[in-house]
Parts: sequence; structure tokens; C-alpha cells
Amino acid sequence: MKRRNFLIAIGAGFVAGCQKIGDTAPGKTLLEAAPNWHKAVHDALGGRTALAPEFGPEDVSPYFRGNGSTNPTNGDYQAQAEAEFANWEIAVGGMVDNPMRLTMANLRALPQRTQITRHDCVEGWSAIGEWTGPQLSTILDEAKVQDGARFIVFRCADNLNGDDYYESVDMLDAYHPQTIVAHKLNGEDLPIKNGAPARMRIERQLGYKHAKYVTGIEAVASLDGIGEGKGGYWEDRAGYQWYAGV
Amino acid sequence: MTKPAKKHALATRLWHWTNLICIVVLFMSGLNISNGHRRLYWGDWGFAPEHAWLEVPRFPGWMTIPDYYSLSQARDWHILTAWPFALALLLMWIAMLVNRHFQRDITTTRREWKPAAVWADIKAHLRFDFEHAGGKYNFLQKVAYGLVFGVFLPMMVFTGMAISPGVEPWLGWLTEVLGGRQSARSLHFIFAWAVFGFFVIHVALVIVHKPLHHLRGMITGGRLEESDKPAADIKGETT
Ligand code: HEM
Ligand code: HEM
Repeated sequence: MKRRNFLIAIGAGFVAGCQKIGDTAPGKTLLEAAPNWHKAVHDALGGRTALAPEFGPEDVSPYFRGNGSTNPTNGDYQAQAEAEFANWEIAVGGMVDNPMRLTMANLRALPQRTQITRHDCVEGWSAIGEWTGPQLSTILDEAKVQDGARFIVFRCADNLNGDDYYESVDMLDAYHPQTIVAHKLNGEDLPIKNGAPARMRIERQLGYKHAKYVTGIEAVASLDGIGEGKGGYWEDRAGYQWYAGV
Repeated sequence: MTKPAKKHALATRLWHWTNLICIVVLFMSGLNISNGHRRLYWGDWGFAPEHAWLEVPRFPGWMTIPDYYSLSQARDWHILTAWPFALALLLMWIAMLVNRHFQRDITTTRREWKPAAVWADIKAHLRFDFEHAGGKYNFLQKVAYGLVFGVFLPMMVFTGMAISPGVEPWLGWLTEVLGGRQSARSLHFIFAWAVFGFFVIHVALVIVHKPLHHLRGMITGGRLEESDKPAADIKGETT
């Protein structure tokens, strides 16, 4: 019994020590920098074009789990859903020469990519689904992104716990061939729990990067001043890593 | 003028204590991550109870970093500590191949695998008789250290990389060889406990058998005794 208490005391001391280190400025800097070291390696070895694995139709999961917002009740989302998203618009703007407003019909009229990929949630689970939609690169080329832009921000219709959901990626992922604005899952219109009528697929990163209920696509030079500046809802709210490739 | 030879090379000692800190941080932050989704699956995918092969218990705060549930902070620690852990392991492998510590002290000979020899070794172990002529480590120690260096620790790195979605695009065969992402995640979990199992036995054996002597050895390097030299060296043969 004594020995066990001793061990627990060592363990607790160690954890407290870690937490102290994590709270110091150098500790914080290290913890925040580490995901970027992984990203540098991944970018160097995977680059612009290395594809996430694609699967066959036989690999598709029997159903696709929804997580986070699964049925937004804020704003006019419910009315839009009622109208089968006939009036849905995605505003493409920010640092672009040619701002646009895309309806779902516009989105479906663009060249489409269909991919069967695995979705990995930060919690640990995975599901496989078939996604269809235009490549983000097609839309960005059409909008003519200006030179200084470094990130693409996705605005979303869902408000979760009082904050609007948003996400962002760098240009490497924005122009990646598998980065699509998906409006179909397994051949059907996107279900509400999975982000109807349109959601992002950022296939080389974890699930929280794949913004759902997309209402805006914005080219920006910096993430400062957007939300709390960390590049996404979960990043701002709970300190999740902006780079979610680990 | 020659200083007495050390039992443990500087590289071994630096690795050993760096590794200890890394393992503790990775294991405890890993248990916090595990609390984020307490089911394990085989194959590429899985998300619901009916797909799971294991329902993992919730690990209490005193076993995790930080000591309350925070997936994001646990991931911060895990993502940072993966670097020193993996680099130290890589450097240790290079060092022990170059200074021949691996070939000399850890590889086993076919003779040592003969059942009678293994049995004698187990019996000696149970008597806590670790004074073994003809080598720094006895057979069971060599096998255990060989497994840790050669399988358990590298598997933590490989399975950890295989579950990272940013790695798979350029190292997809790794995830495939491991049976898919959820299999790799299950293996990551299983090997984490294998490492923990080694840790407990390893520390217990150090404690029961001249703990201060061994600890001093692993910190200062200790002294290389006659009996620590490989049998072949004593007889003057080349290995
Ligand atoms: C370079 C080394 C490592 C890397 C890159 C790595 C990476 C990861 C990643 C990405 C996860 C999240 C898995 C998920 O999605 O649930 C994870 C979980 C975990 N890791 Fe590691 N890890 C490493 C080393 C270790 C070591 C050395 C240990 C312990 C000895 C460890 C123990 C765990 C545990 C227990 C989990 C939770 C398993 C789960 O339920 O998912 N890891 N690790
Ligand atoms: C409090 C924790 C630990 C203590 C007190 C400890 C102590 C020691 C000592 C005294 C030795 C030298 C044994 C001898 O000379 O016969 C040793 C060797 C070794 N330990 Fe540990 N250890 C600890 C944790 C670990 C962990 C976590 C690992 C790996 C997961 C590990 C892996 C090894 C290995 C592989 C060797 C052999 C080194 C070599 O000669 O290449 N130890 N340890």
C-alpha cells in the first residue's frame, strides 16, 4: 500500500512537473511548434501531389458517422434544409480578383471528382465513404486568387456552443487534387449529419479540418483577426493543432 | 594511463534516460488520447461498438498527461515527445552498431537457444543469480533488450506514423503492411502495453538485485568487469 502511494506520488509529481513546463513560455513554444516539424517532414516527403489512399466500393462503411454539429438549428439553416438547399450560396471571396457566389447548381455544373477515402477523426475512429464534388482548385482558379494569399478559410453555417464553425488550410492542401467541395456521399445528396449541402474534404488531415455546411471560401494572407486567430473552431476553442496530419 | 573501461557506453546511458522520460510522457499522454475514443478495431475503419474488438476502460487522471481529460493537450505532449523518442532510438541504433555493443552484448548465439541452456538460464533467474560468466547480459536479458530495441520501440514509431493521415500519402505501404489504419492503431495500443510490461519487470529486477550498483552503472557508466566481456573475448578469440 505504501509503495503504491509512493508510485502514485511520483506519477503525480511528474505530471505536475509536465504541466508546469507546459505553462512556461519555452514549454508552450515547443508544444506549439512540434506539429509544424511534422508538417515540414510531411510536406517535404509528400509534397503537393501525394494522394491519400483511395479504396474500392467494397470497402465503404455500412453507414457514415456524423460528429460535432449534426443538425444545425441556428440561423436559417432549417429553412434552407426544408427548401432542399435551393437557395444555398457559397461566397468565394477575400483576396481574389473575381469574387463569386456559387449555388448548388453552379457547384454541380463544375467538373467533378469522385473519391473513396477514409475519414479519420481526431478521437481515433475511421469511416470510409465515397465523396463527389468539384476540386477546390477549380474554384480558386476561377476566382483568381491573388499573389499574397497564404491560406484558404472555410466559413460554415453551423454555430456550435455559441461560436461559428470555421476552418483553414494552407495553399498546399487547398490546391491538392483530393481537396474537393463534396455535395454527395455514397452517390446520394450529402445527409445533414455529414454537412449538407456541401462540405470540404481535406484528405490528408483529421476530421475537424473537413468543414461542413460550407457558406464561404475566403483567400487570406494571415489567420490573425479571424475567430481568435488560431485558424479554426477547435483550434481557438480547445487548443487543437492547426496542422492535423498527425 | 588508460582509464578502466566502462560497463555502459555514454551513448547507451544518454539514450536510456532520455528514453525513460519520453516513454513516460508518451504512455501517459497516450492513455489520455485513448480516453478520447475508448474502442479499438481491426482493418481500415471502425467507429461503432459493433465493429470493435476491444472496449478499453477509461484511464483515471493520475495515469494520464495532463491529469484531466484533454485530447488536444495530450496530443500536444504526444506530438512533441515523439521527436526525441524516435530520434534517440535511431541514434542509439547507429551508436550500438558502430561501437559493436549490439553485436557484442545483445545478439544471442544459436547455442543459447538450446532448450537446456534456456532452462538453466530461467532457473538461474528465478534464483536471482544474475552473475553470469561470459557476457554483460545473460540470455533472458539479451532477448528482452533485443525485443525492446528491435521490436517494441520501433513498432511504436512505425504504428504511430501509420495512424497519422499526413504520413500515409507518402508511406502508404506501412499502413497497409500493418493491416490498415485501425489495425495500426490497435497495434500501437498493444505495443504501448508491451513496453509498459517490460518496464515493470525491468524496474522490478533492478530493484531486487543490487539496485544502487546497477543504477550507478547506468548513470556513471560503471566499470567493465572481467565477467562482462563476451566469452569469446576472454578466450582471446575474435568474434
Ligand atoms: C514516434 C513515436 C510515436 C508516434 C508518432 C505516436 C503517435 C500517436 C498517435 C497519432 C496517436 C493517436 C491515435 C488515435 O487516433 O487514437 C497515438 C496514440 C497513443 N499512443 Fe502514441 N505515438 C508514438 C509513441 C508512443 C509510445 C512510445 C507510447 C507508449 C509507450 C505511445 C502510446 C500511445 C497510446 C497508449 C495511445 C492511445 C491509443 C488509442 O486509443 O488510440 N505512443 N500515438
Ligand atoms: C525507472 C526506470 C528505469 C530504471 C531504474 C532502469 C534501470 C536500468 C539499469 C540499471 C540498466 C542496466 C542493467 C545492467 O547493467 O545489468 C538498464 C538497462 C536497460 N534498460 Fe532500463 N531502466 C528504467 C527504464 C527503462 C525503460 C522505460 C526502458 C525501455 C522501454 C528501458 C530499457 C533498457 C534497456 C534496453 C537496457 C539495456 C541497455 C543496453 O545495455 O543496451 N529501461 N536499465
